[in-house]
Amino acid sequence: MSSPLEAPARARRRWLDAGTLTPVIAALLFGAYAALQMRWDWLGNYYPLLLRGLGMTVLLVIVTSSLGMLLAIPIGLVQVVGPKWLALPARAFCTVIRGTPLLLQLWLLYYGLGSLFPQFPWIRDSALWPILRQAWPYAFVGLTLSYAAYEGEVFRGAFKGVPKGQLDAARAYGMSGLLTFRRIWLPQAFKRAMPTLAGETILQLKATPLVATITVIDVYSVAAQVRQQTYLTYEPLLLISAIYILMAVAITKVFARLSGQGQDNTAFRKS
Amino acid sequence: MEMLHADGIRKTFGNLEVLRGVSLTANKGDVISLIGGSGSGKSTFLRCLNCLEHPTGGEIRVDGDAIAFRPDGHGNMEPASKTQMRRIRARLAMVFQSFNLWSHMTLLENVIEAPVHVLGVDRKQAVDEGLRLLQRVGLYDKRNTYPAFLSGGQQQRGAIARALAVQPLAMLFDEPTSALDPELVGEVLKVIRELAEEGRTMILVTHEMSFARDVSNQVLFLHGGLVEDAGPPAEVFGNPKSERLARFLGSFH
Ligand SMILES: Nc1ncnc2c1ncn2[C@@H]1O[C@H](COP(=O)(O)OP(=O)(O)OP(=O)(O)O)[C@@H](O)[C@H]1O
Ligand SMILES: [Mg+2]
Repeated sequence: MSSPLEAPARARRRWLDAGTLTPVIAALLFGAYAALQMRWDWLGNYYPLLLRGLGMTVLLVIVTSSLGMLLAIPIGLVQVVGPKWLALPARAFCTVIRGTPLLLQLWLLYYGLGSLFPQFPWIRDSALWPILRQAWPYAFVGLTLSYAAYEGEVFRGAFKGVPKGQLDAARAYGMSGLLTFRRIWLPQAFKRAMPTLAGETILQLKATPLVATITVIDVYSVAAQVRQQTYLTYEPLLLISAIYILMAVAITKVFARLSGQGQDNTAFRKS
Repeated sequence: MEMLHADGIRKTFGNLEVLRGVSLTANKGDVISLIGGSGSGKSTFLRCLNCLEHPTGGEIRVDGDAIAFRPDGHGNMEPASKTQMRRIRARLAMVFQSFNLWSHMTLLENVIEAPVHVLGVDRKQAVDEGLRLLQRVGLYDKRNTYPAFLSGGQQQRGAIARALAVQPLAMLFDEPTSALDPELVGEVLKVIRELAEEGRTMILVTHEMSFARDVSNQVLFLHGGLVEDAGPPAEVFGNPKSERLARFLGSFH
């Protein structure tokens, strides 16, 4: 029925249909309402603190996801290839971390471990002590371990899911175990894990406000502070909601980019 | 000139004795077809030749280089030297029933992978050679395509290009057309036939009896873990000595 020439017109009409239009209009109306009817004068005083909190949140997500992923790869791998004495602890680690609330883990690290440390003189006297006295290392460690446990599970499945024939082919063409891992197994496992990793990293983002409970200043804790000091409830919460949404979109984009690499049909232009 | 020699290959899986002493000698230019019923151990034998399966017993020599074995702790033998094994494997190109092209690489990347990363060939040179091989199997246009976007016949021709890229001493084919739709079998057999005609050394597991009869100069019929009958195709197909072989061949008509 429709000639190719009509396609742009149809695309325009689709863009204007109710499904897309409703949220856009709603967002515009709400934005206008928020700008006109709500109070934003506090932003002037608080934006340096907000930026600092935002920086901490961004840093937490990037650093703990990256480190967590580095840990997750061996944790997933040893559960697939062994040896048993590594597979069992890896399995146990995943089970324990995934089976307990992150809040609990953070508290155990900070209020538990953190309060044990000063009892050992060699720790208190060490060069690391000024760092260990602060809260942020426990936040980073806690979130990293959590990500590693969830992603270890993802990678276990991803490694297992790579068809045996692909690895057979690698061996048959003389690749060493390490080369097979680097060139074939890991890249394919990554590709399999990628869609899940995107979602898990957004969950990681949304887990970061928990660090406020161990006195780390992230973007959420700043909002809470604004609320306490100005008695404004909705404004700061709305603002950080928007910030979290933007960050989630950014994460989605980054992962779409990463997993797009393997699909690009023209990736090998050089020839 | 002897390229590949296997002597008395035995293989057991647990209690299952799959190979009970299978021998074969391929001289340069030989095309040897392995035929036999399902489960007769054809694939297992082929996979023992490049030690994808650890044989339980026997000897293997590739281009005069005898594989050194040692016990692997599970009742089988493993290659004693990984370096030697990798060297030998790299030159015994295998073509699989299910193609097994690496799915995260384009066709060209598949073809240059072993030359560049195993044999240490210069990348530029490997690409030139890879493109030539893809041209040869009729896939030059598909060089930047991922395997998932290719038909089975195209994937298998690509896998053959990958095999040729390592300049193999001998090529091992495990039922290269069994996973293909009937209309795609021809294009793959055509490529294999050309390779046979140019004097490649090949071991070919196949259920395509008329093809085996056409291209090979030796046919081995495996049964019960042993070579039940062997000889030139005219003899094996025209005048089967064993009752079982006659019955097996009869099942194809
Ligand atoms: N890894 C393995 N573990 C246990 N048994 C195996 C394994 N591989 C093969 N076998 C068994 O060994 C026997 C021979 O298998 P093989 O695949 O070599 O037969 P084949 O002749 O190639 O058969 P087909 O024509 O169906 O491909 C079969 O009984 C099979 O079940
Ligand atoms: Mg088989």
